[in-house]
Amino acid sequence: MINRFLAFIGRHLDRQLMALVTILLAIGLLVLFSASGGNVDRTSAHAVNIGIAVTIMWIAANIPLHYLASIALPLYLVGLLLLIAVELFGFEVNGAQRWLNLGFTSIQPSELMKIAVPMMLAWYFDRYEAVLRFRNFVTATILVVIPVLLISRQPDLGTALLVAAAGFYVLFLAGLSMRLLLGTALVGVAALPFLWESLHEYQKQRVLTLLDPMQDPLGAGYHTIQSSIAMGSGGVLGKGWLNGTQSQLEFLPERSTDFIFAVYGEEFGLLGNVVLIVLFALLIARGLVISANAPTMFSRLLAGGVTLTFFTYVFVNMGMVGGLLPVVGVPLPLISYGGTALVTLLFGVGLLMSIRTNRRLVQT
Amino acid sequence: MRSRTHSARNVRLPVWRARVLVLLVCAGFMTLAARALYLQGLNKDFLQARGESRYARTIDAVANRGTITDRNGDPLAISTPVESVWASPQDARLSSAQRAKLARVLDMPVRSLARRLADGEREFVYLKRQLPPEVAAKVVALNLPGIFLQREYRRYYPAAEVAAHVIGFTSVDDRGQEGIELAYQDWLAGKPGSRRVIKDRLGRIVEDVERMSAPRDGRSLALSIDRNVQYLAYRELRNAAIAHHAKAASIVVLDVHSGEVLALANWPSYNPNNRDTFHTKRTRNRAVVDLFEPGSTLKPFTAAAAMDAGLLDPGTVIDVESGRLRVGNRTIRDVHSDGDFLTVAQVIQKSSNVGSAKIALSMDPQDLWQVLTTAGFGATPRSGFPGEASGRLRDFDHWKPIEQATVSYGHGISVSLLQLARAYTVFATDGILAPLTFVRRDASVPGQRVISARTARLVRTMLESVTEPGGTALQARVTGYRVAGKTGTVHKLVNGAYAPDRYISSFVGLAPTSRPRLVVAVMIDEPEGEKYYGGEVAAPVFREVTAGALRVLGVPPDNIEDIRRPLDDELPREEV
Repeated sequence: MINRFLAFIGRHLDRQLMALVTILLAIGLLVLFSASGGNVDRTSAHAVNIGIAVTIMWIAANIPLHYLASIALPLYLVGLLLLIAVELFGFEVNGAQRWLNLGFTSIQPSELMKIAVPMMLAWYFDRYEAVLRFRNFVTATILVVIPVLLISRQPDLGTALLVAAAGFYVLFLAGLSMRLLLGTALVGVAALPFLWESLHEYQKQRVLTLLDPMQDPLGAGYHTIQSSIAMGSGGVLGKGWLNGTQSQLEFLPERSTDFIFAVYGEEFGLLGNVVLIVLFALLIARGLVISANAPTMFSRLLAGGVTLTFFTYVFVNMGMVGGLLPVVGVPLPLISYGGTALVTLLFGVGLLMSIRTNRRLVQT
Repeated sequence: MRSRTHSARNVRLPVWRARVLVLLVCAGFMTLAARALYLQGLNKDFLQARGESRYARTIDAVANRGTITDRNGDPLAISTPVESVWASPQDARLSSAQRAKLARVLDMPVRSLARRLADGEREFVYLKRQLPPEVAAKVVALNLPGIFLQREYRRYYPAAEVAAHVIGFTSVDDRGQEGIELAYQDWLAGKPGSRRVIKDRLGRIVEDVERMSAPRDGRSLALSIDRNVQYLAYRELRNAAIAHHAKAASIVVLDVHSGEVLALANWPSYNPNNRDTFHTKRTRNRAVVDLFEPGSTLKPFTAAAAMDAGLLDPGTVIDVESGRLRVGNRTIRDVHSDGDFLTVAQVIQKSSNVGSAKIALSMDPQDLWQVLTTAGFGATPRSGFPGEASGRLRDFDHWKPIEQATVSYGHGISVSLLQLARAYTVFATDGILAPLTFVRRDASVPGQRVISARTARLVRTMLESVTEPGGTALQARVTGYRVAGKTGTVHKLVNGAYAPDRYISSFVGLAPTSRPRLVVAVMIDEPEGEKYYGGEVAAPVFREVTAGALRVLGVPPDNIEDIRRPLDDELPREEV
């Protein structure tokens, strides 16, 4: 009986992905406990988030592939509607209007788009599998640009870039012509000064700060300097769990959300850092393998897009904390505190599992 | 070619694109790993140092300053823990209600509090220093962000203005500024320790990491001062100074054998617990740093020098020439003059300037100079007290006859009251000058012989006659004790000339005469009114202080007759 139940639970769960996700979530809980200064409430809230997100992952893993394809459009439309709702009814946190109050909980609809956009594009390209014309790419580009613009208006540059990246990956994988690609790149470079002008002052400041953090060590450069110091203070072996000075003494800002990696880096050192990078690399690799072996174009594009988006998350967050990239609000997947991002990411992992296990089922 | 790629692309995703993306992913992870290696492996020392500088601090651990007590262990200066309130304006973001509350607790205007908190750039600003613990507790109870306490020690002086000049005071930073506090700074101060602590972003101490060196508390110091005698001396001095509308006054009480200063007071005084009273007019320790012409109080030394030189005896008769003596182009006068002839003893008793001058002129100037110098005039008393004045005694080689004559009765020489009191111990100890000290002596220190024991005893007898009928200081008499002493009254020197109506009146005496224990020197600066003679103004202070001090010290009376007489008259006699 129990065995049958476990078999039911585990039927659509990819073992490798499941193992990696479990380890990463466990690390996340440990680091959050330390970063929040031993705050049990916050840690257990995160545990609840994990429970919800894992459930959603399981559900996603159990959705058959053809259903998955059929929810792409509704999901995208719902996402767009929610973004418009944020524009109209959202509430502000830290000067940015990103949140929507649903009564029982608050969500960030922009997070949803990180999955909905690649899904939508995958579905769209899947429909035109036989012939991909230029106007398909134009349509696809528009499908990406609309949510990206809405998100960047909130403003949430980090998420907008991630959504754009997610869309771009699918476009790229689907076969966006090199000429278009180069053309877009050229236009992009040409538009840089105008883009620069359209950035908010604080966003410009963040980019400038990256070039020279010491020009304003207590202001804009503070995050970058503090996180670099925290990382470096860890040294090779780290200071040990709960012993990070910069985080425990509150020198480190945003230490349970976007900058949690600095806490981890200080407490577990270079060694822990490499372990974490390897774990993420294995996760990405598994996603790419799933993508490569996916049965349909939709599933292949979706798996590729989701996996690469996940990678982008990891790279942008670690790069930002390590002082390589400007400070943008991107959490570290599966580690940072924050329910919406966690649900989105595990939903994505669920999709990967669904693609993997359904392939197997199809084959047998 | 082109169509083939098209069709291939449409069926399967282009493989090279997937490879490019895989390469990109690999490059991305390599970059992250390289960055981690750079931050945590190669650059870690620099970053660790930077990190440490953010939280680790070495702070001083305050050492408690030593207690100053009187000779019996009663406290005269003690350090009590106080709290200073400081703020980190960066972090002290207070609502106006909080600000008003804090200002009320600290008892300071809201506006000045706001001004101190206004400079958001600063990380440290004192709001109020040295608050009593109960007020500090109220500040803590407010629980305001960016407001902190710092433990300090505040000096408290229980005797307040009574012993102010002896003890002195410390600065806000607990360093001695005046008096014993300054003289014994190193002894009292102790050594602050240091400890390493971890502070959080708001500067709060989170953890004591290690104690690098323990603070060593200062040592306590027992002074030679007797608190009861000190109180008595100050009280009587103040009363006399106020009664005679004097400008200032000083008193010194010495233990003749040990050279210990039992009491030293000046008027006007200041309250060392209240910095508002610190004006140099009040804080100056006149008895030690101010010089004056001693006048007649110096005559006994002249007589002593002459007797020691074997030139005369107390009974030797001197022609005082009706109180007028011409030396060079100047005339020396006596104030009271009744007759042409006085014995040496009478010269002292009646305080004859002419007699004194004639004695001096009969001597080798070196003999007089020698006695005065070994008695401590013209050099600092070396009591260890800061700022001691040495006074002026010119070398005998340069003396003209008139100077030799005037020095003999205390003109043309300047002394401090402390010097004068100390010099009188010579007559009290059968010729030995004890080294002065403000610190309690547990073993006696050998002194220096100035005159022979015989001479000292003879002078003592002469000095006793000053307080007997026919002397100038009947008001110095103490019931039950035989006392000896000498009055002095001089016109004040103002801009090099003697002011006709401004005096310095003094009396230096010792008691009990039979076995002297104390020397008490009193000086009243510019007494106003009809009374201005030392015998009228300073001698009564001597009487009150000596009477009280002998009682406090438990010195047995040596003049029982004096006590019995009224008893005999008033009480029924039971036997003898």
